[in-house]
Amino acid sequence: MSLLKFTKKGIYCEQAKVYIDTWKPVDYAIITHAHADHSRNGNKHYLSTSLSKPIIQYRLGKDISIEGIEYGEKRVINGVQFSFHPAGHIIGSAQLRVEYKGEVWVVSGDYKLENDGISTPFEAIQCNVFITECTFGLPVFKWKEQQIIYNEINDWWKKNKTEGKATIISAYSLGKAQRILKNIDSSIGQIYTHGAIYNTNEVIQHMGIDLLETTLVDDSQKKKDFEGALIIAPPAAIGSSWEKRFPIHETGIVSGWMALRGARRRSAVDRGFVLSDHADWEGLNLAIKATQCEKVITTHGYTDIFTQWLNEQGIEAQVESTEFEGEGNQ
Amino acid sequence: MKDFIHLFTQLDQTTKTNTKVNALVDYFNTANDSDKLWCIALLSHRRPKGVIKTAQLRNWAAEIANIPLWLFEDTYHIVGDLAETLASVHPNTEHKSDKNLTEWINFIIEIKALEEEAKKEKILWAWNQLDQSGRFAFNKLLTGGWRMGVSQKLMTKALSKSTEIEESTIAHRLMGDWKAEETTFHDLIMEQKEEDLISKPYPFYLAYALEQEPSELGEVDDWQIERKWDGIRAQLIVRKDEIFIWSRGEELVTHQFPELEVLKDILPNGTVLDGEILVYKDDEIQNFNLLQSRLGRKTVSKNQLENAPIIIKVYDCLEYNGKDIRETPLNERRTILEDIYTNYTSEVLHLSECLQAKNWEEVIEARKESRATKSEGLMIKRKDSTYQIGRKKGDWWKWKIDPLSIDAILIYAMQGHGRRANLFTDYTFAVWKGEELVPFTKAYSGLTDKEFKEIDSFVRKNTKERFGPVRSVNAELVFEIAFEGIAKSTRHKSGISLRFPRMLRWRKDKPKEEANSLEDLEKLLEQYG
Ligand SMILES: [Zn+2]
Ligand SMILES: [Zn+2]
Repeated sequence: MSLLKFTKKGIYCEQAKVYIDTWKPVDYAIITHAHADHSRNGNKHYLSTSLSKPIIQYRLGKDISIEGIEYGEKRVINGVQFSFHPAGHIIGSAQLRVEYKGEVWVVSGDYKLENDGISTPFEAIQCNVFITECTFGLPVFKWKEQQIIYNEINDWWKKNKTEGKATIISAYSLGKAQRILKNIDSSIGQIYTHGAIYNTNEVIQHMGIDLLETTLVDDSQKKKDFEGALIIAPPAAIGSSWEKRFPIHETGIVSGWMALRGARRRSAVDRGFVLSDHADWEGLNLAIKATQCEKVITTHGYTDIFTQWLNEQGIEAQVESTEFEGEGNQ
Repeated sequence: MKDFIHLFTQLDQTTKTNTKVNALVDYFNTANDSDKLWCIALLSHRRPKGVIKTAQLRNWAAEIANIPLWLFEDTYHIVGDLAETLASVHPNTEHKSDKNLTEWINFIIEIKALEEEAKKEKILWAWNQLDQSGRFAFNKLLTGGWRMGVSQKLMTKALSKSTEIEESTIAHRLMGDWKAEETTFHDLIMEQKEEDLISKPYPFYLAYALEQEPSELGEVDDWQIERKWDGIRAQLIVRKDEIFIWSRGEELVTHQFPELEVLKDILPNGTVLDGEILVYKDDEIQNFNLLQSRLGRKTVSKNQLENAPIIIKVYDCLEYNGKDIRETPLNERRTILEDIYTNYTSEVLHLSECLQAKNWEEVIEARKESRATKSEGLMIKRKDSTYQIGRKKGDWWKWKIDPLSIDAILIYAMQGHGRRANLFTDYTFAVWKGEELVPFTKAYSGLTDKEFKEIDSFVRKNTKERFGPVRSVNAELVFEIAFEGIAKSTRHKSGISLRFPRMLRWRKDKPKEEANSLEDLEKLLEQYG
């Protein structure tokens, strides 16, 4: 019997009768992180990291039954030992280590190797089987050092400010938005956030995590209040009627996909900044090597190509289909 | 080359025409003359050619990136751009070079004559001197494909702003067979030339789409009715024994249509005609598809001249005997046009006939004949209208026919490339044949980005089988597929091929059982094929 199986409902541990990051409602769901494609509605009970817990509650409802445990803390269910280890993807994100009778599997959820200053940094966990995403599993994805990108964003904001324009950044409300706030040069000007981000920030601040104070965009502001300001908004708000309240502005997207010229052009915004909370090509390869695993299972991203590459590298690999979505739909 | 890379990046980053023009103007105002000349040459498809085979570049890039060739090729398929893929897989991230654009071009020209090993050494050296964006620009110099969303028109506009020379003059100076290696910026652009004036076109008058009932236009007798030809709108100028053809984008396209050269000896000097360039073969106007094979090329091959010979169908006269007659009413211009047509005959000069209609009902009937006459609807022009400038409401109307359409089911999806690299956006559609679904067309366009995203997520959740990059999906989604023409085909399983198929709308309201059948398609084939 395989320790973890891919079923119609999600990744399943038959011995412990629990599911991991399910996409259909189950009795007991272990959640790697709070993004919507990994943490869904309708499960009877949830287990997550203590850092993820308040965010999951905020997103799925205060009344869900959820327990949070620390990174490294062990939880044994019917002889199977579960523990969370940092994935470096977003606040609270974890890899799930599953051990039974000496065999170790790791469900890595989403991860990146770079320390973004706000997520607990990634730690490699030795295992027999490593389950990985490969959203950016092509050799054209190579992230620049993050500070270079923050400088690009700062320069762009400054330039817009001198032209009297507002600067709007599209970033996911959980993860990218906080990462930008943590690293942007806030001395340039006033920073506003869309409600979805503002509220997420409040949840995170309540957890005792230090985050820059921003002003909520609401009906009290006038067009000219935004001149020279930075506004951070989720992708769905860009191009909607919400955007009409702003004066002349430039819009930028912060995403790993911006590494592809085609994707940048399709987005039709003024600027694309290449910054991701997922591992790039090199990151994926390094992470896999560091686990010293015997087998890799790829779940989302360029799975077919990446799996063939691994097999040719002498690392046994296979694809399992899931409903995880990678960067772009969180 | 940093300034050029900066220009290149700016052009690439924006879709706004004004921003592009400004970036070009900035470049033209600051670059040296030789770099400017090369920039113009590159943007008008005059890069040094035949320097290297792309197969070699792919091999070398894969080697440097330490990846197998298949992985490079698969990646290229997804990225959709060779120069970009070559640039992105390379490990170097530092810009070390201080060569300017001209020096890099000369570097490339020198490579051409070298043996393969020496070529490789040079190119690997170059790649290592440049960061990703620099490498991308360098690779574009090598491999071409310099569209960058900069049309000849846009470049002309920027040059005009920077030099304060009139746009049509610049456009004319840029035409013809010049080579950057053999001229200078001063000789090409700045020097006053005699032909500047004789090539000067008039602005085109453009029609609005008719949205009301034609009878609301008043008396049918007040209107001139013609077919709306499905070709390339063109202005033909004969002055001082020379001929100039301008496209509607106000680009000079004389050299793309050598068949029309003869008209310079047939038509009298001081003649300017407005008309449509069409492919005409076997005594018949041919589909627009065929004309498309003739467009956007600098030279026309013998093969193309044989396969897709063109004519011009004229419908208006703007200058006669060297006199601007645009203020003369249309019916009088028409008389002049018909005189020209009868007095100066040529196989490549056709007249767009006026339709005689006693009432609007006859006009409506005539519109139904559009497909049969290889036209895309009717033009309705007020008989006493002058030839105006640009798109003006009131006097000229185009009344297009509706596209053909059929409701079909999505059965295969493939990831797009380039602009759509991370989404499933290339679809195959099927219709019913009894209980079975028969694929009959592919379509890529017509939906909003939001709809593409929604379908992408459907595809991921409803994949049945994978065949390489293609996935078969559960047959559930119904789309209305519009197309311009239908023909028999032995290459397709369905026996049918469509012209310009596109997704008109997503029929969320239709269950799959209500999609059309192969029989329905065959009926359309009988009617319009
Ligand atoms: Zn995630
Ligand atoms: Zn994910």
